[in-house]
Amino acid sequence: MSAGSEIVLEARNITKRFPSVVANENVSLKLYRGEVLALLGENGAGKTTLMNILYGLYHQDSGEVLIRGEPVRISGPSDSIRHGIGMVHQHFMLVPVFTVAENIILGTETRNGPFLDLNAARRQIRELSRQYNLDVDPDAYVKDLSVGQQQRVEIIKALYRKADILILDEPTAVLTPQETEELFTIIRSLTARGASVIFISHKLKEVLAIADRIMVLRRGRVVGETTPREATERSLAEMMVGRSVMMEVEKGEAHPGTPVLTLDRVTVLDDRGQRVVNEVSLEVHAGEILGIAGVQGNGQTELVEAITGLRPVHSGRVLINGRDVTNASPRRISETGCAHVPEDRQEDGLVLTYSVADNLVLNTYYTPPFARGIVRNDRAILNHASRLIERYDVRTPGPLTPVSALSGGNKQKVIIARELSREGRLLIAAQPTRGIDVGSIEFIHQRIVAERDQGAAVLLVSAELDEIMALSDRIAVMYHGKIVATLPAASATREELGLLMAGAQPTNVPHETIADGRATVKAQR
Amino acid sequence: MRITGSIARPAAARIPWLTIGVWGALAILVLIAYMRAPQATTAVLTSTIRQSTPIILGALAGIMCERSGIINIGIEGMMLISAFLGFLFNVWTGDLFLATLGALLVGAAVGAFHALMSITLKVDQIIAGTVINILAIGTTGYFYQQGLTTRGKLTPVSIPFLADIPIIGPVFFSNPPITYASLILIVVVHVLLFRTAWGLRTRAVGEHPAAADTVGIAVNRVRYINVIIGGMLAGLAGAFLTLESVGSFERNMTNGRGFVSLAVMIFGKWTPFGAWGGSLLFGFANALQSQIQFLKNQLPSWLAWIGDLPPQFIGMLPYVLTIAVLAGFVGRARPPAAIGKVYEKE
Repeated sequence: MSAGSEIVLEARNITKRFPSVVANENVSLKLYRGEVLALLGENGAGKTTLMNILYGLYHQDSGEVLIRGEPVRISGPSDSIRHGIGMVHQHFMLVPVFTVAENIILGTETRNGPFLDLNAARRQIRELSRQYNLDVDPDAYVKDLSVGQQQRVEIIKALYRKADILILDEPTAVLTPQETEELFTIIRSLTARGASVIFISHKLKEVLAIADRIMVLRRGRVVGETTPREATERSLAEMMVGRSVMMEVEKGEAHPGTPVLTLDRVTVLDDRGQRVVNEVSLEVHAGEILGIAGVQGNGQTELVEAITGLRPVHSGRVLINGRDVTNASPRRISETGCAHVPEDRQEDGLVLTYSVADNLVLNTYYTPPFARGIVRNDRAILNHASRLIERYDVRTPGPLTPVSALSGGNKQKVIIARELSREGRLLIAAQPTRGIDVGSIEFIHQRIVAERDQGAAVLLVSAELDEIMALSDRIAVMYHGKIVATLPAASATREELGLLMAGAQPTNVPHETIADGRATVKAQR
Repeated sequence: MRITGSIARPAAARIPWLTIGVWGALAILVLIAYMRAPQATTAVLTSTIRQSTPIILGALAGIMCERSGIINIGIEGMMLISAFLGFLFNVWTGDLFLATLGALLVGAAVGAFHALMSITLKVDQIIAGTVINILAIGTTGYFYQQGLTTRGKLTPVSIPFLADIPIIGPVFFSNPPITYASLILIVVVHVLLFRTAWGLRTRAVGEHPAAADTVGIAVNRVRYINVIIGGMLAGLAGAFLTLESVGSFERNMTNGRGFVSLAVMIFGKWTPFGAWGGSLLFGFANALQSQIQFLKNQLPSWLAWIGDLPPQFIGMLPYVLTIAVLAGFVGRARPPAAIGKVYEKE
């Protein structure tokens, strides 16, 4: 892993402007042979733009790129490939209906006269697989591979083109923790053989684990360079965001009031007709945050869908402010003041091709002042959008920009802005910070706590135990469709929650923590 | 009716039992029919090939375009314009070879026009195709003059020895040049798409253009070339109509064949051999209905009722078949993923 002193890639004073933002300003970077350089920054900090310039997908407005000391002009991916640069894009660039071999040779085909020579390709791929310990079957179809395997195909694709400078753009965003470990092993074996890796990420832990050097970008500029030995998660977060970041959420005492959301023995079936939520009863009170902890796939998703009217309730009742809304339409439930931050923001939270402004009125567009009768009031919609963009710090070129052009964190802020700007007493937030950057996470956490303090009831569902523990006043653990225990957050420990999430009997838990007066614990039966 | 072993990789080693079964059953049926009525059977089969020729050429045109991600609903118009101009070239030059070449070039030009609209000008591809169709009907109808005479049409060339084999000989080895060409082109397009680097790139561009771009493939250039090749194939289909089949031009003589080609392309799951199967089916229905009308009074007694049906109903047969086949198969066919979408770098 020890980095050599030979500079394989150097960028000098790269500047790149887009119509409304400066994506890179005077960015310089040096990559040494055999090292892992982590490029750390929030979404929108200019990491991907810089890499796209190095890979030839964009052109810098000024500045130069040197490869092994020679100034080069990279006017397209074929140039960068020729110079030995390989890139693994965040969204894989693989054709799903092609085989692994076909994907790998595409554009650099092995030929036998005018025909494709897939046998030669297979041989070379097997050779690379063995050499770098990257196990893939050349004849498998990419659509049948797991995300981790597809990533390996992308890496082999770069190696097949004889790349010795590898750019990995957010490679761990889609991986499970085990797959991430495997990726790190692969990266180490690559650098051991003299390849150099640029590792782009906003995940602090991973950067500290894999990098030799860390470069931090903020708003298009290099704000610092460090090494994992000198840096801590906190110091990196501060460099990224530009101010000190609360790693813990600051929140005062909860003042719970009357029940806002009441579930009475709610049972929900999944798409295949299985009971995935089994007689769940709980209450969420005004002024408190109830966190639902649990390993993904234990019925949390379906429970939220049932409460918000997106999935039928099989049996049992759902009450909001005492009114029965069981199997009511999503609009009616939304009109009771129930704000919903859905788990899948791209799919369920936004209409990606619509503008930010239109997305901000998705559930209120038909009410005054946004509509007069059947006519939209564009001025009111725009004013509303401008106000929310400012208040919720949405980084967008303007209110009319399609929401698809925004980064993940900013997309989520659009949803948060839309949902929290309505009069409401209930907030249902599912995975509210999944896959977004530190700055946005901090902001969203603060907003959720602020909602609570203003008297809203909050139901928080998250797969991140840290998030549940930081935000919740009470924690309900869901396992196999049931709430197996409800604990006060103040006294709950990681170990205890972890055991419950893994299906341990709640009897193992000290008795008084279960006997929480406000929740009905059904799992004891 | 799957003709190839697999869509993306026909090289797969699986034995296509279904295909073998279907063709085997067909062969047995043909033999039985031949023993009962040798002349009518040969006539129907010969006619099947002729009728299917413009359809398969149109379908190959569609496959080349759509595999690269460009919808081509203008095949009908491309055929019509090429048929018309091919005919005029024949009137002017009197040379059938030059006329055919001219029709090919016209097809290429109309293809280039479609590519220009769809790729460079980013016109909606359905609209671009419709523009070509309307333009074709309008201009050919306007410029067409009756009474133009030509010096003949392309005539069948019998291949020595092979043409003498019963059934197969007259059906496959005694055809005019464009029919031969269409049979060869099925194989050529298949090999091009599935066995060459160009084909791999074409399919990549039609499935995931961004992936192709990141490995250095010029997406729009690949699309242009494929759409132009598609135009030439549609041009050849047009040449078939005026220079080989009919020998003269009639208003709107394509008569929906371009659209049937599209149906057949979908039926064949965007593969040349699959589309050929669909074309033969359509050609067969067409041949059958004309034979039935022709031999109305010689039908065996148990089929005599067919002779009593109004001829319009029998004439509908090929189109009803097209609708039935499409209704039954389209749902399961998967078009190239990036079809109809303009490719723009971020």
